[in-house]
Amino acid sequence: MRDDLRLYLRYIGVSLRAQMEYRTSFVLVMGGALLNTVMEFLAILALFQRFGSLRGWRLPEVALLWGMIQVSSSVADAFGRGFDQFANQVRTGDFDRLLLRPRSTALQVVGHELTLFRVGRLLPGLVVLGWALARLEIAWTPERVLLVPAAVAGGAALFLGLLVVQATLSFWTIEGLEIMNAVTYGGVETAQYPLTIYRDWFRGFFTWMIPLACANFLPAHALLGRPAPSLPPFSGAAPDLMLWLSPVAGFLFLGLALQAWKLGVRHYCSTGS
Amino acid sequence: MAVMEARVRTLFQYRAAALAALGTRMFWGLIRTMVFAGFFAASTARQPISPEQMTSYVWLGQAMLGMTLTWVDGDIRTMIRTGSVAYELARPVDLYWFWFARSFAARLAPTLIQGTPILLVAGLFLGLRPPPTLEAGLGWCLGTFLALLLSSAIGTIATISLLWTVSGEGVSRLLPSLSYVLSGMVVPLPFWPSWVQGAMAALPFVGLIDSPFRIYLGQFSGAALAGVLLHQVIWTVLLIAAGRCLLARGTRRLVVQGG
Repeated sequence: MRDDLRLYLRYIGVSLRAQMEYRTSFVLVMGGALLNTVMEFLAILALFQRFGSLRGWRLPEVALLWGMIQVSSSVADAFGRGFDQFANQVRTGDFDRLLLRPRSTALQVVGHELTLFRVGRLLPGLVVLGWALARLEIAWTPERVLLVPAAVAGGAALFLGLLVVQATLSFWTIEGLEIMNAVTYGGVETAQYPLTIYRDWFRGFFTWMIPLACANFLPAHALLGRPAPSLPPFSGAAPDLMLWLSPVAGFLFLGLALQAWKLGVRHYCSTGS
Repeated sequence: MAVMEARVRTLFQYRAAALAALGTRMFWGLIRTMVFAGFFAASTARQPISPEQMTSYVWLGQAMLGMTLTWVDGDIRTMIRTGSVAYELARPVDLYWFWFARSFAARLAPTLIQGTPILLVAGLFLGLRPPPTLEAGLGWCLGTFLALLLSSAIGTIATISLLWTVSGEGVSRLLPSLSYVLSGMVVPLPFWPSWVQGAMAALPFVGLIDSPFRIYLGQFSGAALAGVLLHQVIWTVLLIAAGRCLLARGTRRLVVQGG
């Protein structure tokens, strides 16, 4: 385990040095991501200025949701780049090389790259999250203080899990699965707003199939002291305990995804040549 | 014309990718319509765009997404980097119109392949309404055609700028972010604070998305409609002129890469 960690740090060291070789390119790509994220938040600001509130949610509350989901998804994107690009390795047969090495394949894939330019999305996410937390007059208790980083970590685990699922599917399909973007990027877009605004089937899907609600929506209820929402298809309010334990769901999802990954590796049949 | 046809055909080849993109866009459109429905539900004030119109706006946006993305021509970018752009210069055609035609095709193909089914499905099941008047419908067709031309003109300039920057990392990253928001794709122009509206209305980007869509919704008629179309035409002509001028300078000082 410690050995694995040391190896991972080495991989990452190489990856960071490689990215720093093209400094101008790095700055521009990061600047693009930053601009993009800031502009999208400005669009939300404009909508709040125009409409005032979103089904009982005020701007700082939505900013809390927005900040949490941007931070967790950008962290996952930074760590999970290897899984995101994995379909290429299957198509070209490069994955064979990984199998020859006496280390776990998941470790080697995750060590492929730590994508630094995601800072461009992480930074505005952190700023907005900080602003929202300062603005919201939350009745801080030790549990609530712990819940913020736990929920963000759980969200990051969930998004990383989605990337692992996407990579695992490519063992069967051989090609990249762009349709997965609907749940990864689409998930980020969805979770920027309180899930109560969506139709029941949609909300159910992002609670029970992909536990996106656990990344920010449910923990936000616990932080704000809002009464627990109902989670379709069940009509009653969710138990309070679920709000507090929601960060666990992301880690469970990642665990399941990694089990599926192992199955995929066993099924792998090289494209050869 | 032949260049364009060949290019459109190449782009028609990738059917699986197109299908996936279609699924993603339907999904995206669903999210956006529900978000706007949520905002409208809370508001009692009269808004410049009605909830039903907003739904149409969102679906038109998903159909015409190609208008605001991918500015730089990837093939030409590679050519400039590897030096094979020299062959382009040797062609017995006007290089500007050659690149412009490529750019036009790269926008026409996705608009047709992905736009048509989205409009069809959204029109039948998801609340996209037809334009209220014949004038709005015809105006929209013309506005969309002009938007394609305008988009191609901006795209060609972006491509030409690669003659200076070579990598094109900057333009290809920053331009999509800017145009995505400034075109009204994320939030329509009338919903922005008034001082932002003024700046947005002057820039060319609204001509890509916001102008044709609001023509479709029937928000302009008569002289106003003519004014909006004229805004598109003026920017297109200006950007084509600027593009030709830039290209002439660029080719004069061009250093061919590689050996």
